[in-house]
Amino acid sequence: MTTMTYRQALHDTLRAEMLRDETVLLMGEEIGVFEGSYKITAGLLAEFGEKRVRDTPIAEEGFTGAAIGAAMLGLRPVVEIMTINFSLLALDQIVNHAAKIYGMFGGQATVPLVIRTPGGGGQQLAATHSQNIELYYAFVPGLKVVAPSTPADAKALLLAAIRDNDPVLFLENLALYNTKGDVPDDDIPAEIGRAAVTRPGRDLTLIGYSRMAHVAAQVADQLAASEGLDIEVVDLRSLRPLDRPTIVASVRKTHAAVVLEDDWLTYGIGAEVAATISDGAFDDLDAPVRRVAMAEVPLPYSKPLETAALPSVDDVINAVHQTLDAVGHRRQKVGHD
Amino acid sequence: MTNNTDAPRKTARSAKTRPRTTRPRKVEDAARLVDIYRQMLLIRRFEERAARGYTQALIGGYCHLNLGEEAAVVGLLSALAPSDYLFTNYREHGYAITRGIDPKYVMAELYGRVDGVSKGWGGSMHMFDVTHRLLGGYGIVGGQIPLATGAALALDYRNQPDVVMCTLGDGTTNIGAFHESLNIAALWHLPIVYVIINNQLGMGTTVERSSAEPELYKRASSYRMESERVDGLDPLAVGEASARAVARAREGHPFLLEVVSERLRGHSVVDPAKYRSDEEVAQLRAHDPVHTFAQQLVRDGVMSDEDLATMDQEVTARVDEAAAYAEASALPDVSTLFDYTYATPVANDSRRLPGQPLFEPAPLPVAEDDQ
Repeated sequence: MTTMTYRQALHDTLRAEMLRDETVLLMGEEIGVFEGSYKITAGLLAEFGEKRVRDTPIAEEGFTGAAIGAAMLGLRPVVEIMTINFSLLALDQIVNHAAKIYGMFGGQATVPLVIRTPGGGGQQLAATHSQNIELYYAFVPGLKVVAPSTPADAKALLLAAIRDNDPVLFLENLALYNTKGDVPDDDIPAEIGRAAVTRPGRDLTLIGYSRMAHVAAQVADQLAASEGLDIEVVDLRSLRPLDRPTIVASVRKTHAAVVLEDDWLTYGIGAEVAATISDGAFDDLDAPVRRVAMAEVPLPYSKPLETAALPSVDDVINAVHQTLDAVGHRRQKVGHD
Repeated sequence: MTNNTDAPRKTARSAKTRPRTTRPRKVEDAARLVDIYRQMLLIRRFEERAARGYTQALIGGYCHLNLGEEAAVVGLLSALAPSDYLFTNYREHGYAITRGIDPKYVMAELYGRVDGVSKGWGGSMHMFDVTHRLLGGYGIVGGQIPLATGAALALDYRNQPDVVMCTLGDGTTNIGAFHESLNIAALWHLPIVYVIINNQLGMGTTVERSSAEPELYKRASSYRMESERVDGLDPLAVGEASARAVARAREGHPFLLEVVSERLRGHSVVDPAKYRSDEEVAQLRAHDPVHTFAQQLVRDGVMSDEDLATMDQEVTARVDEAAAYAEASALPDVSTLFDYTYATPVANDSRRLPGQPLFEPAPLPVAEDDQ
């Protein structure tokens, strides 16, 4: 076990996979000479050379599509799209091609491709550079979408993504790059399609992914200390496939759920989670499922407006309190059994 | 090097003024000419049969035909080695059969059957056969261009001697992916030939109304890429140009080849092409590349009228067999619906038909009256 940042975990895993498998190559804007906008690929050009660490022109559709084509011939490209906002320029290649090629041709070609890209607001980057649009990709069969929230998962899910024979959108988050955690020294990949109960509890389930899985853990710790609440946290980790059984098993146990997401509320990932709970745990619910999501505006630049629009720890605590109020009798039981 | 800088805007028609000959110098040349004609005729009869199948509702979806492009298709592919790769668009039946795929598998794909080249998952626009290195068949205009560029990158990465040919239509040259891809191929010296099949119409919009530089091969100059324009009604001229382009690509010089062709019918089977004048239609028929090439072969003593008729019977019989095979092939079983979502099996993959619940509902509580 080694303590390291989320950024370091990504860097070290990319490097290890390039050493292990020479079909792995990196492509993206500014990943080589500039060493990456967020320095994930620092040092890799010097170590592996231009053949395997390719600075691309600013042409997301062109280089993402080229990576898909290279994957069809058996390479394992890892594309960096500087932020998920720019992935919209490659939407046709990702949705109409990467996701379809295996099925559309009757299983004759695979696309072992990883697209790494960070989402996230809170950096005063304003409306076009602060979006959380992973939903667009999680919507599409044929794609796999993973969203690690810890350095350990960053490593294990990146290993899984690179070794998978399907296109994987690997969601990172600007606010997570400097977070630290323990990372196992082995190279065992995570299983895509599995959520994790990162904190067991009995009073209520908080469900989140990426940055909001952190917020969930923080809220659970805070409310345990201040109010003696016993909150369970589910980190989704995989947005497609979505691990519905883990979500439902948790809510069947706690009878209440609050879903946290950094994207917009309407039609968001949380809506799918809430619908899952409705379908699988309807009779077990003691209160309506609440969702805490970003305010439905193009994210403003100015700090007080940006802060107000993004879901905060206090927003989550309010939603937890209101949900437990709706449960009624359960709040009185807190700390007594 | 952009060749033919004085090429006329309407090359296809103007090129008629150039003398053409198919006169063979050697016996093997004669055999090759006959083979070229056979391949062109096979596309012609296959596409006519496909159109019939469509009107009989045996073929669904969209159905875009290569009628009028036979010389272009056969000429282009004559320069490819079996190990080279081909990416094309949705007007592709002719490419599939000329690449060597048995027409019966192509027809079975049109019929949506299990024996189709793409097992019935792709249809007319999405033919794929890895053994013949036809890597699609793409329905989104321009979608194949970045993919083909990436395939060339993979060949270069592995130091393989093969090249990629990527065909596209004239209208596609206005798409961003075209320019992004040419730029990348030129920067990285990729072994690829981009081929514009300029049939002079993007659906109903002429090249002149859609492209500010209607001499499309000149667009390569923005990327310092070599390019050339050729008469797409002459299979021999196309074959020679294609061979030049492929040779350059094999040396790591990407190439843009414009093949000025014609589309004998509407954009797809259901398009009556009312935007064309009677005069234009008459001209199309006069330029028909299959008839023109047949006349040349007869004139030059390579084939007799009787030979032509015999070959037509053989080719038509082969197409009839393909249709019979397709019709006899099974429709896919519904149990295979979830077979091709993911290549690597994954936990919690959804395999639900419409209306199925996410979770089996809990058994209803038993009412006391029933006890």
